[in-house]
Amino acid sequence: MDLLTTPFLTGTANGAILLMAALGLTLTFGQMGVINMANGEFLMVGAYMAYLTQQVLGTSGLSILIALPVAFIIAGLLGLLLEVTVIQWMYERPLDTLLATVGVALVLQQLAQDIFGAQGDPVTAPSWLGGRLSVFGYEWPHRQLFTIVLALTALGALSALLKYSSFGRQIRATVQNRQLAETLGVSTRNVDRLTFFLGSGLAGLGGVAIALISGTNPTLGTAYIIPAFLVVVVGGVGQLKGTVIAAWVVGVATAFLTDRTSGSTAQVIIFALVVIFLVIRPQGLFTVRTRSLA
Amino acid sequence: MRYRDPLRFAVPLVASFALVASACGSDGDSDSSASDSSTSDAPDSTEATDGTAASDGTEAASGDICVEGDNVQLGFLNSTSGVMAISEQTVRDSLMLAAAEINADGGIMGKQIEFIEEDGQSEPTIFAEKINKLLTDDNVAAVFGGWTSASRKAMLPVVEGANGLLFYPVQYEGLEASPNIYYTGATTNQQIIPAMDFLASEGVETLFLAGSDYVFPRTANKIIKQYAEELGIEIVGEEYVPLDSDDWTTQVAKIADAQPDFVFNTINGSSNVGFIKAYDEAGLGADNSPIISVSIAEEEAPSMGVDLTGQYASWNYFQSVESPENEAFIAAFQDEYGDRPTSDPMEAAYTSLYLYKNMVEKAESFCVDAVNAASDGVTFEAPEGLVTVDGENHHIAKTGLIGQINAENQFDIVWSSDAPIEPDPFLEGYSWWDSSEE
Repeated sequence: MDLLTTPFLTGTANGAILLMAALGLTLTFGQMGVINMANGEFLMVGAYMAYLTQQVLGTSGLSILIALPVAFIIAGLLGLLLEVTVIQWMYERPLDTLLATVGVALVLQQLAQDIFGAQGDPVTAPSWLGGRLSVFGYEWPHRQLFTIVLALTALGALSALLKYSSFGRQIRATVQNRQLAETLGVSTRNVDRLTFFLGSGLAGLGGVAIALISGTNPTLGTAYIIPAFLVVVVGGVGQLKGTVIAAWVVGVATAFLTDRTSGSTAQVIIFALVVIFLVIRPQGLFTVRTRSLA
Repeated sequence: MRYRDPLRFAVPLVASFALVASACGSDGDSDSSASDSSTSDAPDSTEATDGTAASDGTEAASGDICVEGDNVQLGFLNSTSGVMAISEQTVRDSLMLAAAEINADGGIMGKQIEFIEEDGQSEPTIFAEKINKLLTDDNVAAVFGGWTSASRKAMLPVVEGANGLLFYPVQYEGLEASPNIYYTGATTNQQIIPAMDFLASEGVETLFLAGSDYVFPRTANKIIKQYAEELGIEIVGEEYVPLDSDDWTTQVAKIADAQPDFVFNTINGSSNVGFIKAYDEAGLGADNSPIISVSIAEEEAPSMGVDLTGQYASWNYFQSVESPENEAFIAAFQDEYGDRPTSDPMEAAYTSLYLYKNMVEKAESFCVDAVNAASDGVTFEAPEGLVTVDGENHHIAKTGLIGQINAENQFDIVWSSDAPIEPDPFLEGYSWWDSSEE
């Protein structure tokens, strides 16, 4: 086996999924001081949207592409609902939001189980995603390429939104100085809600990518929420640039270590490395001092 | 700037995540999602009649059969909520079917079965709590249920302490024999070893092992490796993925690279979907690199999102077994519950209740010690074929079957052991087995 190509490409694809799971977290964590443990369940919601879309439109052709906006909007709306009903009462109390959202996560898992059953439902990759590219001797599945393109597109759209739109400027203003933004007439409440919608929607997109890997099941999100938090913390809270680099590094490092050792050992080593990293550099790769989000 | 405060929590937060994650890796099947739904005292369970049954065999005087009145109370302890509910509910259904059939036929020693249902909630600690309640508060004569090894291990000290009876219906990793538990699913020499015999008969020379990272796959693979050496099969790789992880891409790349004749799959639960999808994605399939599985049955096969036709599984029962008993079982089951598939654990649970009936009637007593004394050699013409209880280790002799998945997601039986295989949970009869060797 090629010693480098396989883990590199696989790890990049896994990093792309981590990125989609982490983008929403970094936005809400950085902007509102909210630790949203229910973000993993928005991945799960996205996966079920892929399943439902395929139930309606069939498994072939472009149904998986149509699932993307559906997953984005439904997961985003659920995120908005969470913000309005629970989160908004707990701003700037990170540990309280952590506990409350763990509870919400359990409720959402049980709801999914009651609606869809505990047995997972199949999501079928259309034939145009089933092929492989030969890259330096590794038969690279199209699905991994699709995941990377999807994450990069979402990232590009988010960066552009933050950089050029007035909504993006409002988000950045709120992150940098909430009171000052308010005195300038920014409705920080609306900004918070829209940020939550955006972040949850991005997780929904990640869910579609995950559904192509493992189908759906009610507890699908739990395997991703902790790595996603690692990515946020390592990258530096509220830092898109840091999140992207951290997601990629964690993804590739996990794939390399899995390849060299075993799945369980790789997890342990990654956690140990992250703890050491945070002891040395508790603020993450990039600090909030740069005051830039994009 | 209070909203930057979360940074202070970063290090302890990550450290505690690491602890949680490593703890999760070792606790068997119990995924974290079991939320509290209330225990279901199902509508058709009869009202509790405390004190009519006593399972305490030590008090049995001569002529005392430990159960008074016209009814005998039994406990059905399965998870009807949480991650294991989908599997364990099917066991509950077939237990209720067997109870209804036995009652219609006159009951056990003339006593009608009343069952008390409890929900294990997919949590081993709840299983321990509930079996304690069933045995000591409800005084049931026997309990039927459990699925994961973690749930069985949690119930074992309780059922031994109360000198009760538990019938456990799922294939497992062996290396256990409790005087208070009857194991009606396969132990390793009835599922793993037959699968290896089948592979040897197919002329397999290289084998790759893929499993979830917990006790069953680790134990099974230890046995497989030692037996493979005996059979001259080369193990060309061994990979595990944590139970809560669904991503098999890296490991499947290793399988594609190793090009084994066969893959032995001991993956459990939803991880199977990630494995099968990654396998398909890598261009592997039944035609170029077949898989033999020990946890994919009639119900799981359609939920993979990938066509499994041509792949293999090792069990002791398939819905496709041809016998009058199985025909009657399937007809009765589908009559009651609709057009659902029947599977190995369901059949083992159904069989367990009949075996209990036959043991009690042979002992002419419900007392635990009397039942144990009479259990050796008790038989039942089960849907899977004739099964016989081993009074020594409390397992049952079962026929090993290999099935190949067809286009209808049913199994065509392609191999079977010559006769029912005597249970040998500690593999004492296999000279190549060395439990101390790694």
